[in-house]
Amino acid sequence: MTASIDPALQPLAAQPSAFATLRRVIFDRPATIFALVVVILFILVAALAPLIAPYDPLAQSILDVNKPPSAAHPIGTDQFGRDILSRLVFGSRNSLIFGFVSPVLAAIIGTFLGVIAGYFGGLVDRIISRVIDLLLAFPELLLAILIAAVLGGGFWNVVAVLTVAFTPGFARVARASTLAVKQEPYIEAAVAVGLRTPMIILRHVVPNIAAPIVVLTTLWIASAIRLEASLSFLGIGTQPPNPSWGNIIRDGLNNLFGSPWPIIGAGALITLVVLAFNLLGDAVRDALDPEASR
Amino acid sequence: MTRYIVVRLLDAIPTVLLVLTLVFIAMRILPGDPAVAALGDFATPEQREAFREKMGLNAPLWQQYLTFVVNSLTLDFGASMMNGRDVLGLIAYNLPYTIELTIASVLLGVLIGVPFGVWAATNPNRAPDSAMRGFSLIGYAVPDFYLGALLLIVFSLNLGWFPINGGGEGFLDRMHHVFLPALTLAFIKAAFLGRLTRTALLEVLGRDYIRTARAKGAREPRVIYRHGLRNALLPLTTGLGLTTLTALSGSVAIELVFNRPGLGKLLISAIAERDYAVIQGGIVVFALFVVAINLAMDLAYVLVDPRIRVS
Repeated sequence: MTASIDPALQPLAAQPSAFATLRRVIFDRPATIFALVVVILFILVAALAPLIAPYDPLAQSILDVNKPPSAAHPIGTDQFGRDILSRLVFGSRNSLIFGFVSPVLAAIIGTFLGVIAGYFGGLVDRIISRVIDLLLAFPELLLAILIAAVLGGGFWNVVAVLTVAFTPGFARVARASTLAVKQEPYIEAAVAVGLRTPMIILRHVVPNIAAPIVVLTTLWIASAIRLEASLSFLGIGTQPPNPSWGNIIRDGLNNLFGSPWPIIGAGALITLVVLAFNLLGDAVRDALDPEASR
Repeated sequence: MTRYIVVRLLDAIPTVLLVLTLVFIAMRILPGDPAVAALGDFATPEQREAFREKMGLNAPLWQQYLTFVVNSLTLDFGASMMNGRDVLGLIAYNLPYTIELTIASVLLGVLIGVPFGVWAATNPNRAPDSAMRGFSLIGYAVPDFYLGALLLIVFSLNLGWFPINGGGEGFLDRMHHVFLPALTLAFIKAAFLGRLTRTALLEVLGRDYIRTARAKGAREPRVIYRHGLRNALLPLTTGLGLTTLTALSGSVAIELVFNRPGLGKLLISAIAERDYAVIQGGIVVFALFVVAINLAMDLAYVLVDPRIRVS
């Protein structure tokens, strides 16, 4: 975005810590502050869902079917008379859990595979790289749909599907970073003093490739939330009656003539939260991995 | 150049085999007993045994694998377990609708995104650039099925300008049916392509030959399109390939929103009905499509980048 500053012009002493940079990046841009506020609200709502939701998200009421927004039901009710606001509030828990669990799991597995491939090279590297390249040829959503087609819905299956869809990306970044780190003199030094390979990897390789991995993890929280919503919308993610923002839209579409409010509400929330995590991810990337930002 | 094309084509063979192997592993090994996965927990042991026999699941694994690969390559996916119809026939019926939607959305996406990106790049840090940034932020955040549902509510339900569901009959009717779904996907593709165009063009416009072109008195449109955009085509080609791939994956949800026939709709209904044969056929065809699009993208580089043609 901004023109990069010639490193030679930067004073050597003024290397700010990553934390200081992060603080500067967040508070310099109004958009990032907005994103941070949205994310904090989102986490609070998800954590305190039972206290915030005015009704039981699963409670049906024949008398209150397809009500437009009113004082009693701020976003109206669905075809079973369930309160939309309460369903949206509880649905946020799904998005929060999937948004964090899958990228973190994928980061761990992907880093492991990438470091192994990058550090040892040879046949292991060729096999891992080939499979990674192949999986990367698939858009994450399509990969997730195809795996979910085999596994079906349900909590752990969705976790597995999203994790598999994200792992190749982490593996590729981890492998490339490991290849670069392996050339560094400190690795040679560690080998020379007789440090065992697992120790070298854990103490000297992993910490030095952490920045791009952390950046990727934050950037993919938004993707994970959107992907979970897509899968639930397709009926192969979170299964009804449990509310998820995706399956609320699915229910809404089947009840299009009854009330458009579930669709409008749930979709607006997905958009807002994904937007916020995208902005935050950009900020983290600018702070930790300035070279990757454009 | 011939060498490059031949190498790429030959490279697709192991890729296809690897894809089929992964699909085989996923379908036969991951879910435990496919008979349970297909028939559900309440099927009797006799029903499961009949299913295994019918699907050839009693044969040794290597034999199953060979049969699977050969059948997939000859596009023989058997018959649907729900209605007994030929799976290949079902796919052949649905496929044109998906291809139509994918192509229409990529075309619309390019028509909207590229000019928008050029406009932003030629006005950096001014209003058009900010508009581009806002547009791409929204485009990256809004789920396609939500946008589709909103367009459906406004333009089909309230205004009645477009049909609510179906794929249409005859050319004009089909175009009428595909427009709104394609526009939905195109909006999101345009956000991506617009941003890509902006970045690529901004970089090119800073080069020496652009200054030369301006210095020799070339008019600005000529500078931008002839000297600028042409040299930004390489990243755009990659972007176009990615766009086609994501349009293909996006079509699944969009077909559901607009209740259109298509490969995604077929696959999703097959999952709901646990129609094992259709699921398997659908997955293989989707996977082969991804390989084909990637191959086409590699070959498109030949047209765009003369350096490949020479070497």
